[in-house]
Amino acid sequence: MAAFLKFLFQSRNELESGGRNSLPVQGDASEPEKVCPNCHKSIPLSRLWANENTCSCGYHFRMSALQRIAYIADEDSFSEMFSDVSTQDPIHFPGYQKKLELTRISSKEDEAVICGTVRIGGVKCCIFIMEQYFMMGSMGTAVGERITRTFEYASEHRLPVVGYTVSGGARMQEGLFSLMQMAKTSGAVKRHSDLGLFYLVILTDPTTGGVTASFAMEGDVILAEPGATVGFAGARVIEQTTRKTLPKGFQTAEFLLDHGFVDAIAPRTVQKEMIASLLKLHSAGEEDEQ
Amino acid sequence: MNSNTAYEKVKIARSNKRPTAVDYIDNLLTDFIELHGDRRFADDGAIVGGIARLDGKPITVIGIEKGRNTKERMQHSFGSPNPEGYRKALRLMKQAEKFHRPVLCLVDTSGAYCGIGAEERGQGQAIAENLMEMMTLKTPAISIVIGEGGSGGALALSVSDRVWMMENSIYSVISPEGCASILWKDSAKAADAAENLQLTAQDSMTNGLIEKIIPEEKIGEVEFYASLKQQLIDEFSVLCEMDITELLEQRYQRFRKIGSTEL
Repeated sequence: MAAFLKFLFQSRNELESGGRNSLPVQGDASEPEKVCPNCHKSIPLSRLWANENTCSCGYHFRMSALQRIAYIADEDSFSEMFSDVSTQDPIHFPGYQKKLELTRISSKEDEAVICGTVRIGGVKCCIFIMEQYFMMGSMGTAVGERITRTFEYASEHRLPVVGYTVSGGARMQEGLFSLMQMAKTSGAVKRHSDLGLFYLVILTDPTTGGVTASFAMEGDVILAEPGATVGFAGARVIEQTTRKTLPKGFQTAEFLLDHGFVDAIAPRTVQKEMIASLLKLHSAGEEDEQ
Repeated sequence: MNSNTAYEKVKIARSNKRPTAVDYIDNLLTDFIELHGDRRFADDGAIVGGIARLDGKPITVIGIEKGRNTKERMQHSFGSPNPEGYRKALRLMKQAEKFHRPVLCLVDTSGAYCGIGAEERGQGQAIAENLMEMMTLKTPAISIVIGEGGSGGALALSVSDRVWMMENSIYSVISPEGCASILWKDSAKAADAAENLQLTAQDSMTNGLIEKIIPEEKIGEVEFYASLKQQLIDEFSVLCEMDITELLEQRYQRFRKIGSTEL
């Protein structure tokens, strides 16, 4: 057990210092594994988790919101807010209630975003992390309301906001009410921004549709995880509509960087440090007072 | 009053026999001067905008134009704006703010343009910026959905103090065909989707998402435009009288309350 722990720590440090390619893939033969879609190696789950869900080739696997909190938050600093906000099912779309119930059971979450306060590198901030395992992070009224309240809370308490986006877009089962969450959240972001407060976005795989066309693109600084799909219209829809072959790497984080819509790519090996640095650069000593 | 099914209304809203944005501009306003370009990349024909007079007073008008025949529809990208279209719209809105002109937006799009170039030039970012900036634009704004209010592409011109819809217009988070194809893998179920999405003007009114429905009995006729013009004159005069801080607070709350569990 001690040897195994040592192994975990060792690999983690090596990965963090950039020694990605030299790491051999090892593990207990009986341990469940996941195959990397990039390099096709099998990776034991414990090893994947120890490396923030990244493969030694640099491929970033998706992460749940809770995993991200564990990864990004200073120890025991996360405090959840607005978890009681749930959808009122505004248009009674057929099958939606059932789908919500099943999703709640399978995802163990009650909505597609988790919000709260947290310390990152010692700096207190508000955070929202969207949850892909809840209806692919789609934005309905509850998601819009929770994110809006997060920005309003941050405005009231003069805190920066860090937001992790992952979303298939607006939640169609809530009709126009979902679409209006784009305007509502954007309004709250604008008020927060007009107070001179900092908003940092980390785009993760995939961020699309109405979330891309609202708060995901409204950060003062926008980071993106390597290889994340980020776009407005779906690639398949574009291909079908235009009947053109999509360029290589279309709608990836790197594509957005090339076209000037992302400030920097943030691999998980250095992501927490990047976020902490940016927060400190915008806190003007305020972290000492809190 | 209106017994058409939701999907019949979708078809009416999309009909090429309906007046388009330029018809409204010609019939509601005078002295229209079209202003082109976003000053960044290009001029998007899907958005027609400029300065005109409403009842003698200067106004900025921005419309999504579908075109009235095949040639025009090509010129106007079938009413699906590219990012430069939304950036042109924002430029004209900021200009209106500077010169204290109210803004009238005429919304008619099946959605923002779906293409490689649109993604390369940041369709999502362009829409997002409009949502943010419209929310605090220091001048009154009214948006009218005159045909199709297609998702984010329509919302990018609809963060206004008042949103009105034509009687047979629609406003939806997704096209009924898209919804049916995603949920039921069958775009032929679009009529069911249309019914369930609550996308008609009447649904939007019942759901408290818009302020007014404009009747269409005499759509395109002199009386129709005269009546609509008078309603715009009356509403803008109320909005222009308001203290700007109060106006912006009301605009924020107009959207803030939608889907709020507290109220």
